[in-house]
Amino acid sequence: MSKLLLSGGRVVDPSQSIDETADVLIIGERIEAVGPRVRGQLGGKNADTEVVDCTGLVVSPGFIDVHCHLREPGREEVETITTGARAAAAGGFTAVCAMPNTDPVTDNQAAVGFILAQSARARSARVYPIGAISVGQRGEALAEFGELVAAGAVAVSDDGKPVASAHLMRTALEYARRFDIPVADHCEEPTLASGGAMNEGVVSARLGLKGIPAEAEEIMAIRDILLARRTGGHVHLCHMSTRGSVELIRWGKERGIRVTAEVCPHHISLTEDRVGNYDTNAKMNPPLRTADDVAALQEAVKDGTIDLIATDHAPHHYDEKEREFADAPNGIIGLETALAVNITWLVAPGIIGLPLLIERMSCAPARVFKLPGGTLRPGSPADVTVLDPAAEWVVDPKRFRSKGRNTPYAGETLRGRVRCTVVGGVIAYRDGA
Amino acid sequence: MTLSLGKDLLGLESLSGDHIQLILDTAEPFKEISERAIKKVPTLRGATIVNLFFEASTRTRISFEFAEKRLSADTVNVAASGSSVSKGETLVDTARNLEAMRIDMVVIRHGASGAAQFLADRIESNVINAGDGMHEHPTQGLLDLLTLRDHFKKLEGLKVCIVGDVLHSRVARSNIWGLKKMGVNVAVCGPRSLLPNAINELGVEVFDRVEEAIEWADALNILRLQLERMTAGYIPSLREYNRVFGVSRERLSRVQRDVLILHPGPMNRGVEIDSDVADGPFSVILDQVTNGVAVRMAVLYLLSGGKPELAEAAKGRDEGSVKRKHNE
Repeated sequence: MSKLLLSGGRVVDPSQSIDETADVLIIGERIEAVGPRVRGQLGGKNADTEVVDCTGLVVSPGFIDVHCHLREPGREEVETITTGARAAAAGGFTAVCAMPNTDPVTDNQAAVGFILAQSARARSARVYPIGAISVGQRGEALAEFGELVAAGAVAVSDDGKPVASAHLMRTALEYARRFDIPVADHCEEPTLASGGAMNEGVVSARLGLKGIPAEAEEIMAIRDILLARRTGGHVHLCHMSTRGSVELIRWGKERGIRVTAEVCPHHISLTEDRVGNYDTNAKMNPPLRTADDVAALQEAVKDGTIDLIATDHAPHHYDEKEREFADAPNGIIGLETALAVNITWLVAPGIIGLPLLIERMSCAPARVFKLPGGTLRPGSPADVTVLDPAAEWVVDPKRFRSKGRNTPYAGETLRGRVRCTVVGGVIAYRDGA
Repeated sequence: MTLSLGKDLLGLESLSGDHIQLILDTAEPFKEISERAIKKVPTLRGATIVNLFFEASTRTRISFEFAEKRLSADTVNVAASGSSVSKGETLVDTARNLEAMRIDMVVIRHGASGAAQFLADRIESNVINAGDGMHEHPTQGLLDLLTLRDHFKKLEGLKVCIVGDVLHSRVARSNIWGLKKMGVNVAVCGPRSLLPNAINELGVEVFDRVEEAIEWADALNILRLQLERMTAGYIPSLREYNRVFGVSRERLSRVQRDVLILHPGPMNRGVEIDSDVADGPFSVILDQVTNGVAVRMAVLYLLSGGKPELAEAAKGRDEGSVKRKHNE
């Protein structure tokens, strides 16, 4: 079996409370050992071991993104499972969860099987399918959760659209209990958000754009927290963007309701001012909010009200973004900038330390979505990310593995760079390679 | 150093008070051209201007066209229907095609906020915003300022209230910026459902009652109420709108002074404004229309590189060509 030694790095594994200089030995697809003297123990049997020198770098359990859009099937010109998985690996993600709003929608076991087959072909970061809550994401009839899960789906979601019917959401939360999967919830009250292009506030008033009020998100967040209380189901609130949502999640958690939540890197780093003069690369749903919301979300990542960070990676063809703001599609790419944005806006200013960031990007996603990984414990899958938290680099979208170029960080100098990504014991990405 | 407007006129928010003053002052000499028997000067002879209207417009388009023709520019009107998304060519392709035809200026009216900016960022020609979505309509703001200045002889310290559907109005936004930069105290009045939620943060006063607005103001700028606001559920009915927010002779007569009445048109008589107000002694609605041509001539002149201090002379130069035409 192949042997891989990640030697001499600062190993940070919050799942085992490890933060020390150590070696990580991988044999085959599994973590074999972690410790300061692993290399020595190998002794003369070193010859067949590939060694990656991690001196001065951080060795972390692989990052897991529970929320991305890989566009295949249906929009392969925008992204494929292969390009998306490679972008994920380049961003330090060893596994990602693909949202079901493809064409056709991932609402049946055959569609789940297709994603897994394409993922196997990609031979890069792992791709876990998320099935739809409702057939065709039409918000009417429940999809076959049992068959979706049996085929390999790890959660259900109608992401991209809200579940407008409270009754349907209630049923989904109840029915999902049998399969012990989270119901990932796109919180958007459709009549309030209708036609909105950005946050409702002074900037939308200035630019003459229809706004999306914070309440469009918060009303659905509290509706579904209350339904989780009623049903005992696990609701996972996607891409939270407002201070009010944070307060509602805190309220739910204090009462022992099964609610978890995620935030995207852009919502902890940018405000509505980034829309500037109608920059469509600052258009996404939920929209960029205010500095007060950003501060509340950063604090929530720190105190655990927000469980984890997910990218909502949403590639679009450049033609689609090159148009009038109100008509441009929502979404930005995030897989290849997530770590650096999080380090630049959370770790560098001292809001959280690097171990907590790794917790929010690796351990917590594995725990909340019950996925393998998120730990360097011996016997676990050998999914490892090696990063340089101090390295500065300038974002150049032309260099992305993703087919998408739609990022608001183009030209920005960010801190923190992925040096090497190992998936199942195989190096899936190496910086500069 | 001469103040320059730059390449484009996209809105009044980005202009300084000095820029606005410059345009208004430059408009003064141009007013007289429209009073002549032969309303034409050669100032923009040889310049090609495209009037690109993605939304129906009568008065703005005609006003621009007169301004261009009176300055002797060659003009083409393009009436493109609908937004670019559903039908045919995208705005960026339209822009590239126009650029390829080597034009000098584009006057654009479009239903999407930011469309003029979008075009201006992508072509080298001068772009004049003739109204973009709910964002700005700068030449309307300028002609409103000129009309107020004509009447009151100064702008600073005036109190102007914008009445009506501020939420959806590009005229309101251009007025707010333009008036504030010229030292005017600005208020808005209308149903809260038709005011932006963050309106206070724009630095204007808000009146919930039109009676209070009338009592406060030296001038009212009454916005057109788009009839579709009723079907979209922002107000219950036009009848009730008139009853609660309409500017009537009766409401005006409660204050013992003159309140100047402006309206960007087209008017819904009997809805936001009663006929006896529109046609009454304090109405300057038709003066606004007249001033519109002069303001647009000034903007065209300045953006084409004309020196403000030479505006009078530039106008004078055409005496020759006018006379020539007489002799023919």
